[in-house]
Amino acid sequence: MTAPAASSLPASAPRRDLAPLLLVPLLALAVLPLIGSFSTWVTLTVAGLAMGMIIFIIASGLTLVFGLMDVLNFGHGAFISIGAYTAAVLAPSLAGLMQVDSLALNFVALLALIALAMAVTGVIGYAFERIIIRAVYRQHLKQILVTVGGLIVAEQLIIAVFGPVQIALPLPTAFRGALIFGDVAIERYRLIAVVVGLVIFAAMLLVLGRTRIGLLIRAGVENGEMVEALGYHIRRLFVGVFVAGSALAGLGGVMWGFYREALTPGMGMDVMVLVFIVVVIGGLGSVGGCFIGALLVAVTANYTGFLAPKLALGSNILLMALILLWRARGLYPVAKR
Amino acid sequence: MSVLRAILSGDPPRGRTLSFVLLAILFGLAFAPWLFPGSASVNVAAKICYFVLLAASYDLLLGYTGIVSFAHTMFFGIGGYGAGLALYNLGPSWSAILIGTGAALVLAVALALIIGLFSLRVRAIFFAMITLAVASAFSILASQLSWLTGGEDGRTFRLPEELRPGFRLLAGPFAINGRIITYYLVFFTALILFLLMLRVVNSPFGRVLQAIRENEFRAEALGYRTVIYRSIGNCLAAAAAALAGVLSALWLRYTGPAVTLSFDIMLDILLMVVIGGMGTLYGAVIGATVFVLAETYLQTVMAAISHATAGIPLLPLIFHPDRWLLWLGVLFVLSVYFFPAGIVGRLAARR
Repeated sequence: MTAPAASSLPASAPRRDLAPLLLVPLLALAVLPLIGSFSTWVTLTVAGLAMGMIIFIIASGLTLVFGLMDVLNFGHGAFISIGAYTAAVLAPSLAGLMQVDSLALNFVALLALIALAMAVTGVIGYAFERIIIRAVYRQHLKQILVTVGGLIVAEQLIIAVFGPVQIALPLPTAFRGALIFGDVAIERYRLIAVVVGLVIFAAMLLVLGRTRIGLLIRAGVENGEMVEALGYHIRRLFVGVFVAGSALAGLGGVMWGFYREALTPGMGMDVMVLVFIVVVIGGLGSVGGCFIGALLVAVTANYTGFLAPKLALGSNILLMALILLWRARGLYPVAKR
Repeated sequence: MSVLRAILSGDPPRGRTLSFVLLAILFGLAFAPWLFPGSASVNVAAKICYFVLLAASYDLLLGYTGIVSFAHTMFFGIGGYGAGLALYNLGPSWSAILIGTGAALVLAVALALIIGLFSLRVRAIFFAMITLAVASAFSILASQLSWLTGGEDGRTFRLPEELRPGFRLLAGPFAINGRIITYYLVFFTALILFLLMLRVVNSPFGRVLQAIRENEFRAEALGYRTVIYRSIGNCLAAAAAALAGVLSALWLRYTGPAVTLSFDIMLDILLMVVIGGMGTLYGAVIGATVFVLAETYLQTVMAAISHATAGIPLLPLIFHPDRWLLWLGVLFVLSVYFFPAGIVGRLAARR
């Protein structure tokens, strides 16, 4: 179908393809002289990495869902909002844990909020898959339409319950403020976001690379029919991945909500714009590409936000165009596409 | 009859009910300033006119070519800003409108071509995501270049002499003022462009687009360069959307991000086309009419329901007048499943 594009690429990506890994470090080094001040550079880079981790958490589920079943879920953004609002609803009841100046107790509160938000978004994701997505397998046009419809309904329901105005989600006490190293200031919550993101990434690599389920998922992304032929229910697997992806979006929503400390009903859709850029850059279906893409998009946005504020979002489009010129199917194209 | 068939490009609406509904809409819009006097209802009629054009041009992509674009409001906005900024900066003259429209058309077609060549080349599904990203970047750009566009506030401008409310063409009971002239400018431009699009989709070119929608691989095997056809389709839709934007700017005498570029309008267009019926331009007419009427009048109905259910928990919230989009969203999801041919499909089936 896409012979002209395919012929300019190798038939399948080499097994160890390291060039994309260098993109983020190279970019960071390249802008250091432009920014001039080392402390500003560190602050910007950490902020970019924190944002990138959150976007990765959200985007990873989307990319796997697409890779496994060719389902492009535009309603993914709804789970971000639902996760964040769940946290906002439950946060007051955990006030005892959140308003004390103890890193450990605050962490317990954050983990509890994350777990609850993931449970809620996971259950809603299951229902979403059952009711909305199941009927339109293998029909891209209808998928996009139906999931956009789901997004509209979810957003309107959030407005109906919480009102159209923005509501606050204050950070736990010990997460506020910044750590000072010499003249370098790093906000604590950003470090926490980086840590959470790395943990999720490591867990995901572990599950995908070292477990039987992960093996099946990777095999399903490569060639679903073959997995079916070997006697595995790829749809059952897919439901699991969809629920996990929705729960991850919920987790990302909690992290993003705390990052901005304010929630709006449209917040999910706002993030989705970046998420789609990330997924396209990374190569649809590739978790590794998604990770690099997320970091790349976020640090680029932060650097341009500092160097040329007017170009901030335009820079992501430019980045996407450049990457697609270099590799027309994203950084790590999945073989069958 | 044959003249009528020729005007409709040999593709008249199917079924008596559908023809009747469409005639009623045409009649209502054609005589709106006399049938429904009062500035509010003429506003609604003008809005229907340019949204019919906008939804029809979107159907060219969604229904006929089978690609989902989220950048259609961007082209709508380019048209709106093109005409609006030209009138604002060059003064209220007809040449300013022409210059603005021309510039908008060039920009819209060029952008559509670039986006199309970039994303349609690889996979059609990239297109939805890439257009979403480009459109949101464009809308941020438009609100940030405030020295040119007026930022979030937009620009209010004056129209040429003949289109101002103070202008009188005839005196007496059949007074025609500039506002009515503007309305008919909007109405006839939308009508002519709609018929032109009907011509396009029923031409050999339009047939190829539909063939690509049905089976891209097969169309390519038959020797059609699918990328080229899709890109041209994309450019035509963009040009028509830009012209709809020009009409909206002329009618509103204002251009700004909220009325042209916002993602909400993109969703509105999607709802119009799907609820009206994809793959038939008449669906866009019905969809846009139903949607604009619902937007304007459904809220009153819902306020009544909300009031009536005041004692019951949650229901008043769901029936709150501002929640009309919720109900259209539900209708949208249901129509994708249960009647993918939309209202037009239902009406045509009844004969």
